[in-house]
Amino acid sequence: MKIVIIDYGAGNIKSIQFAFKRLGVEAKLSNDIAEIQAADKIIFPGVGEASSAMQKLAASGLDTLIPTLEQPLLGICLGMQLLCDFTEENTTKGLGIFNTKVKRFTNEVKVPQIGWNTIIDLKSNLFDGIDESAFMYLIHSYYAESCEEEIATTNYGVNYASALQKENFYGVQFHPEKSSKVGEKLLKNFIEL
Amino acid sequence: MFTKRIIPCLDIKDGRTVKGVNFVNLRDAGDPVELAKIYAKNGADELVFLDISATEEKRKTLIDLVLKVAEQVNIPFTVGGGISSIEDVTLLLNSGADKVSINSSAVKNPQLINDLANKFGNQCITVAIDAKRIDGIWIVHLVGGKVPTELNLFDWAKEVAERGAGEILFTSMENDGTKDGFANEALAELSSLVNIPIIASGGAGNKQHFTDAFIKGKADAALAASVFHFKEIEINELKQELQRNQIPVRL
Repeated sequence: MKIVIIDYGAGNIKSIQFAFKRLGVEAKLSNDIAEIQAADKIIFPGVGEASSAMQKLAASGLDTLIPTLEQPLLGICLGMQLLCDFTEENTTKGLGIFNTKVKRFTNEVKVPQIGWNTIIDLKSNLFDGIDESAFMYLIHSYYAESCEEEIATTNYGVNYASALQKENFYGVQFHPEKSSKVGEKLLKNFIEL
Repeated sequence: MFTKRIIPCLDIKDGRTVKGVNFVNLRDAGDPVELAKIYAKNGADELVFLDISATEEKRKTLIDLVLKVAEQVNIPFTVGGGISSIEDVTLLLNSGADKVSINSSAVKNPQLINDLANKFGNQCITVAIDAKRIDGIWIVHLVGGKVPTELNLFDWAKEVAERGAGEILFTSMENDGTKDGFANEALAELSSLVNIPIIASGGAGNKQHFTDAFIKGKADAALAASVFHFKEIEINELKQELQRNQIPVRL
């Protein structure tokens, strides 16, 4: 099993690598196109601001590579958002895998959302053995609008897609690597896909 | 269901956990990595590490600690103490910290908040504010509460939020170490004044104090150290009591 974490300079990748290590699996950091193509499973992380992250992807040709990948890929947090069509954050065009828009939370709630929230209406084998209303750790100001590819829903002032799936592409807004036992289970499910 | 957070704070000096009363007379309360693992297991929602000995030569010890925590703990954590540059933050985040907390350096150079928020995203920038009242007015203090500034707590809180802080960690120096409860009036005012999460700190002595911080103080999270380190309050039991009091928590 070769797991590669895409290393493009935008994200808390160490934590993801450690999370796999706790599961007894080595995950390699790489931005090398051939190495990513040869992986069995791919993690697409991301923390920070959307437009600069897209620029970094483009600079290394990863923006054209990612949509062509055929093995299971898991986008985490900003990684998930960049897999969508578009994000309001500095009016940034995404990779267009998920047919939805990313919007900013309104000021009726505190922004960013920081903390543990529940995921409901779970619709994917990514959630095997994970209960409805399980808690995940989230830290974000922008959210993916509900859509057909939604496989989990979370409420924070608004119901939004906290996980998405289309074919081999998976995306989660929450941080499984920081979400205690439940997050570990999700990463284990991803490895076993 | 979005929940309120319970955050044990580990004050770190020379790689060990310490907690003093009113920031003096430090006592040893154990190995930070072991404590962190116990807290994560017992239901802590997040951890804060404050390096109170932060000097250049201690920086490497702190980075080693951050790496160890990130390797062994599966909940998020924030690191603070002596952070004053983009380089400091890069190193901490690359070592596995989820957020950083800045305090004095933000007061001395408020532009740092903008710079860090722009570079790393506001969600990972916590601004810690220590304050106490002077002639009835809440004044921001530095150096563990010893040195008063000319900043009013509420003006400063608004400014840090506008500059891009992702949340505010407010410590009432009047309450810290007293075990008489959090500064709920000031907390509630802060919480209604800015639209970012507020972490309550200083004064936790019993479980009711946490309920009060969430209901009266409208806090989004509550932080404490010694009541957890010395097992006066078990986090699981605290969260059960909060749930009985209709406060949403992760159990």
